[in-house]
Amino acid sequence: MKKLLFSALCSLALAGAAQAQMLINGAGATFPYPIYSKWFNEYAKVDPSVRFNYQSIGSGGGQKQILAQTVDFGASDGPMTDASLAKAPGKILHIPTVAGADVVSYNIAGSPTLRLDGPTVANIFLGKITKWNDPAIAGQNPGVTLPDQEIVVVHRSDGSGTTYIFTDYLSSVSAEWKSSVGKATSVSWPAGFGAKGNEGVAGQIKQSPGSIGYVELAYAVQNKLPYADIKNSSGNYITPSLESVTLALAAAVIPDDFRFSMVNPSGERAYPISGCTWLLVYEQQKDAAKGQKLVEFLKWAYNDGEKMASDLNYAPLPDSVRLRVLDRVATIKF
Amino acid sequence: MTTAHTTAPVLPQSSSRLSDFAFKWIACAAALAILALIALVGTELYKGAHLAVARFGIGFLASSKWNPVTEEYGALPFIFGTLVSSLIALLIAVPLGVATALFLTDLAPSGLRTPIMTVIEMLAAVPSVIFGLWGVFLLIPWLRDHLFVWLKDTLGFLPLFQGPIFGPSMLAGGIIVAIMILPIVTTISYEILRSVPGLQREAAYALGATRWEVTRIAVLSYARRGLFGAAILGLGRALGETMAVTMVIGNRPVISASLFAPGYTLASVVANEFTEATTDMYLSALFELGLVLLAVTILVNAAAQLMIRSMGGNMKVQ
Repeated sequence: MKKLLFSALCSLALAGAAQAQMLINGAGATFPYPIYSKWFNEYAKVDPSVRFNYQSIGSGGGQKQILAQTVDFGASDGPMTDASLAKAPGKILHIPTVAGADVVSYNIAGSPTLRLDGPTVANIFLGKITKWNDPAIAGQNPGVTLPDQEIVVVHRSDGSGTTYIFTDYLSSVSAEWKSSVGKATSVSWPAGFGAKGNEGVAGQIKQSPGSIGYVELAYAVQNKLPYADIKNSSGNYITPSLESVTLALAAAVIPDDFRFSMVNPSGERAYPISGCTWLLVYEQQKDAAKGQKLVEFLKWAYNDGEKMASDLNYAPLPDSVRLRVLDRVATIKF
Repeated sequence: MTTAHTTAPVLPQSSSRLSDFAFKWIACAAALAILALIALVGTELYKGAHLAVARFGIGFLASSKWNPVTEEYGALPFIFGTLVSSLIALLIAVPLGVATALFLTDLAPSGLRTPIMTVIEMLAAVPSVIFGLWGVFLLIPWLRDHLFVWLKDTLGFLPLFQGPIFGPSMLAGGIIVAIMILPIVTTISYEILRSVPGLQREAAYALGATRWEVTRIAVLSYARRGLFGAAILGLGRALGETMAVTMVIGNRPVISASLFAPGYTLASVVANEFTEATTDMYLSALFELGLVLLAVTILVNAAAQLMIRSMGGNMKVQ
């Protein structure tokens, strides 16, 4: 009996030693979780000596953990503020990975594709436009019969990068929104009720006739919800899609530190309500071995990983941005 | 520990003395551990909340603003939502639960008791999230299209049943919580009513009481205290219910007289906003809401205990 126990313990210890992989921890946004999971999975085939562990606890959590240095990289749908960055023990780099679109989805009889412009959307969410057959909406949709129905606004009850992108857009098209509500991952909504998560909002829209809300493109597509064409700054009504989001990325003004907003960009066919998600890494890595593996992974992600983005309904970075990001990745010291 | 002095005292063996000693101290340690745990929860909540407490003071409890952008926070709509949804749940679940318990003890054939109790206990095993899903996809459409419309038509003169009907609402939250506390209220009421001595009933019958009078005079008034205790346990569960409530209550921090308006509870807002709370003040405000929830629970339980004690005048041993 004792011999059996001893040999079992020995084999367990040896097995443990053989699997001495490096573990790199990350935490943050829920929006890019599917694409990051895919990347970590595929990268394990490229380099089996390192394993990535990502916890999708939310952008806020990601920012807090990277500041506290409890994780090796963070992820956030909204860029960190100057105040937060000042609290960091070292310089944190924002590395954009993929982009997504927020669509305005609704539930009215017939599921027509509506055309809406920025100020109309803002007024609906401010609670100033209360009926579907309001002249502001009817004027942009001449061929559509709009019902004489109350508009029920659905928004997010939890804090989210999706909300950040949407309120960023509304702040840029409506001065009243900017002064009374502002942009953040969680705001004080003037109208409507909240549902939890993109799934919650999509579910509520499906269940409530006359409702309108905002969700990530992937959720509207999966739930077969109709969504609106939004008027961009060039005056064209653009259908949200991966192509129009990539065009928005290409047209966005991207400063050197990569903290940018891409709502309402100038491109002709660019979709106005889109946003990017970032990885947060320290420029000076604490652990040399982990730092090296992390940089190798990032290089792989930008050379090969980006190609997997569109299958999962994310817009990959256009080449102009991608090459700039690769240059920035090369500056990470370890 | 006193030892009995007999004419021929028999000293306990040393091994059973050791087990007595160990039992005493382990039981003591377990009780102290629970007290320590509660104290730890309270202090951690307070430590997390001190930023918000310092900034807002007592005004936090009276303020109705909840604005993460301008960093103004107030707990009043959440306290209102928690208390109102729990009250609605009690008003629905307690009569239903006590009536079910009465049916099972007095009226049902004895063969039916076990199956019905089993089904009710299974209701308690259903996870909160499943109730929430059921609420979103089945309960709310039915409420919006049928029950709320009927309530508005018949009782619309009351401010409780006025205003636009969305579906997700305070009343929907109250109904879901009522379903969730029903098992606990029913099972405890059943045990309480079962423990009423048969003599009480027989005495009432002997005096010529009808069936309902027997129930009212002999059973219910005897079991009053215990039934109230059952209601308090149900209330305790209702105050903390999170996932199912947040899916059907509308998540809007407003105080409205109408039951059709959306609401927000203390537990729901913490569950919704905690992960994405980026600034220290925001996080601290959420911690303070947790502290308020703890305080509300303790106050409600203390008030209930006082009421139970004051009811106990003509009570016999439980």
